[in-house]
Amino acid sequence: MTVELGHFALILALAVAAWQFAVPLVGAHNGYTSWMEQGRTAALIQLLLIAFSFAALTNAYVASDFSVLNVAENSHSAKPLLYKISGVWGNHEGSMLLWVLILALFGATVALFGNHLPATLRARVLGVQGAIGLAFLLFIVFASNPFLRLVPPPIQGQGLNPILQDPALAFHPPFLYGGYVGLSVSFAFAVAALLEGKVDGAWARWVRPWTLLSWALLTIGIAMGSWWAYYELGWGGFWFWDPVENASFMPWLVATALLHSAIVVEKRGALKIWTILLAILAFSLSLVGTFLVRSGILTSVHAFAVDPQRGLFILLILATFIGGSLSLFAWRAPSLKVGGLFAPISREGGLVLNNILLCTACAAVFIGTLYPLALETLTGDKISVGAPYFNLTFGPIILPLLLLMPMGPLLTWKRADAYAVMQRLWWAALIAIAMTLLVLVFTQRGPWLAPVGIAIGCWAIFGGLKDWMQKAGVGKVSLNTAWARFRGLPRAAHGAVLAHAGLGFVVIGVILLSVWKQELITVMKPGDTKSLAGYDITFLNEEPLKGANYDGVSGVFRVMQQNSEVATVKSEKRSFRPSNMPTTEVGLVQGFFGDVYIVMGDAMQDGRSVRISYNPLASWIWLGASIMFLGGLLSLTDRRLRIGVPAPPRPAPPAMALAKPAE
Amino acid sequence: MKHVVAALLLLASLSPALAVQPDEMLKDPTLEARARNISTGLRCLVCQNQSIDDSNATMARDLRILIREQLAEGKSDGEVVDFVVARYGDFVLLKPRFKGTTIVLWLAPFLILGIVLVVAVRKRAKPAADPLTEAEKAEIAALLNDKSGPTAKLPQT
Repeated sequence: MTVELGHFALILALAVAAWQFAVPLVGAHNGYTSWMEQGRTAALIQLLLIAFSFAALTNAYVASDFSVLNVAENSHSAKPLLYKISGVWGNHEGSMLLWVLILALFGATVALFGNHLPATLRARVLGVQGAIGLAFLLFIVFASNPFLRLVPPPIQGQGLNPILQDPALAFHPPFLYGGYVGLSVSFAFAVAALLEGKVDGAWARWVRPWTLLSWALLTIGIAMGSWWAYYELGWGGFWFWDPVENASFMPWLVATALLHSAIVVEKRGALKIWTILLAILAFSLSLVGTFLVRSGILTSVHAFAVDPQRGLFILLILATFIGGSLSLFAWRAPSLKVGGLFAPISREGGLVLNNILLCTACAAVFIGTLYPLALETLTGDKISVGAPYFNLTFGPIILPLLLLMPMGPLLTWKRADAYAVMQRLWWAALIAIAMTLLVLVFTQRGPWLAPVGIAIGCWAIFGGLKDWMQKAGVGKVSLNTAWARFRGLPRAAHGAVLAHAGLGFVVIGVILLSVWKQELITVMKPGDTKSLAGYDITFLNEEPLKGANYDGVSGVFRVMQQNSEVATVKSEKRSFRPSNMPTTEVGLVQGFFGDVYIVMGDAMQDGRSVRISYNPLASWIWLGASIMFLGGLLSLTDRRLRIGVPAPPRPAPPAMALAKPAE
Repeated sequence: MKHVVAALLLLASLSPALAVQPDEMLKDPTLEARARNISTGLRCLVCQNQSIDDSNATMARDLRILIREQLAEGKSDGEVVDFVVARYGDFVLLKPRFKGTTIVLWLAPFLILGIVLVVAVRKRAKPAADPLTEAEKAEIAALLNDKSGPTAKLPQT
């Protein structure tokens, strides 16, 4: 019964979406105030209906109601509760429902907190959101319905893919979708601005928090996915330039560009048209990401034809929103007023270069991801485009961006002095070079990429530090004043420093893990000890394993360093019911400077095959990504973004506050 | 991610094993290093975007052993790769070869970068509608250099 109610609520939501789409847009066009206000009501009702529908499906999963086809196909009564819940979005139909739930949530947020927005702009934003909701709900109800019943119901479900039964992956889709859908708000604002024919600082001030939120969610979502790949897939890789990963990386790149160009619109009134285009592109890539991953077209061109109805629907939605918004852009953008002149070397100029490099880097990923598909369709030739291609194209394009990044925040608006900026940054450069030399001395030789990576990372981290000190006035004013100034800095400034420095950590982690990884593939019996990278790893014994929905065997390994125990870890081989699918659980000893990564394999003639690797600085990748995420969140709480007016200067903090750590 | 992994593990489940196995490795470490290097650049044909070095599939294992046999026979890296490509086609290469059908693939990112940079510079280089006279420029320069002026006291952001 609840399932039917959920189904019914979804159909009602479809009707409400049509209402939310049509009424406010017509109202805004003709100036009917009461029509425009309908958008808010519709958005709130929309949220209630979809939330109810989602809760109904979740309930079916928790209760293991296998009379629902979707539950029977993707759940199992023996699964732990967490994975029963995450199973809701662990499949195509359910994940689409999650998508519209987040969309409705964001739509309702705009409706509730958009009091400062001009009425027509708010109505248009909600109208565009309604249109997106309408398209997705049509797709769900007619081509991807999670509420279909199964008669007769099976006694047991087929279970969720075991490798998806993992905490990091349970929450990976909601974060990623939060990012994708957040960009729909930026998109709605861009389309609304084109309809209004007006883009100003206030508009940018609204777009920025949504872009920032999406960016932060995408950052942590992608990081979770890669963390999961690192420890769950069992071969220590963290990024494969897989089409599915690229699908989430492309919106991230463009969202990063958008985040920066929106600053220029807000502060200087320049780059308006470009910012609108970026907002459209960012969401278009989100749509492409959502659908291409889910449709299976990336796996094979033929997979698309398996379900022609879905395929056609998806193409229609992509064509409507991407084609429609770009046409609107081509038609209306020339009428927007361009403003804000600036010299090539200026904060604006730096941000333009940032945008150019990020977008070209995104283009490289896009081309590499879709080229094989295009080539096969056109000529029938099958080629593969793997990591080496992306390293050779994406790498050189993103490298100058990383090198220039620390200079950006120190440039002044309108016109800047590059020489003066370098003068302020000389010691950051010096530290970067010193660290590089130090590493070169201690490691003697190795791949040239290692010192380069360290140099770039340190340059970003210490450049960020210098930005902080510069803004606080360290060295120019007394330490107390500098501390007070530091505390008085807008949170967006802290956020920028953290995001830039976090990227430095990621760069170091990614490059050093790639080039300094050490590996040992061997056969071990209980009692054997092997050495790798200064660690002695002893295979203690094997134990049988019994989990809630799996059986298996676990190998116990003791990791010693200089005769003192670092940790004892288990590497498991699990066999999941009901699919009998085997998975491996890595025995992972994490450290700040490197991880020991142990995977136990099959029984062989004289023991078990064991793969041990030492992954230097691996944790820096996710440490850095977390710092970037925190930077994004901190920036999001900036007073200026919350209330949309310039922040008054803060009162000087009392002396007591000195003892507290920085906010 | 899910689809890939699902497909990949489904295949892997046919022969649960680790990627490179101890029993298939060569005794000679330099030869083994060359084999690893080659196999990271070759795609596992039954997997999704995974090299045969990482893959657990039986077919990847067969290919790894084949590469090692060829290397042991004294073939060069290039010859081994050519041998595999002759057997399975360009699809097996994770780094596509630079040729007629891939010119666009390899050059497009850099062409796009070049074009965008040129356009951006050109747009900037366009003379303003009403260019400043030399006297005005000198005056502006003087104002900008005048550190005692009110602008110098503004906090730098």
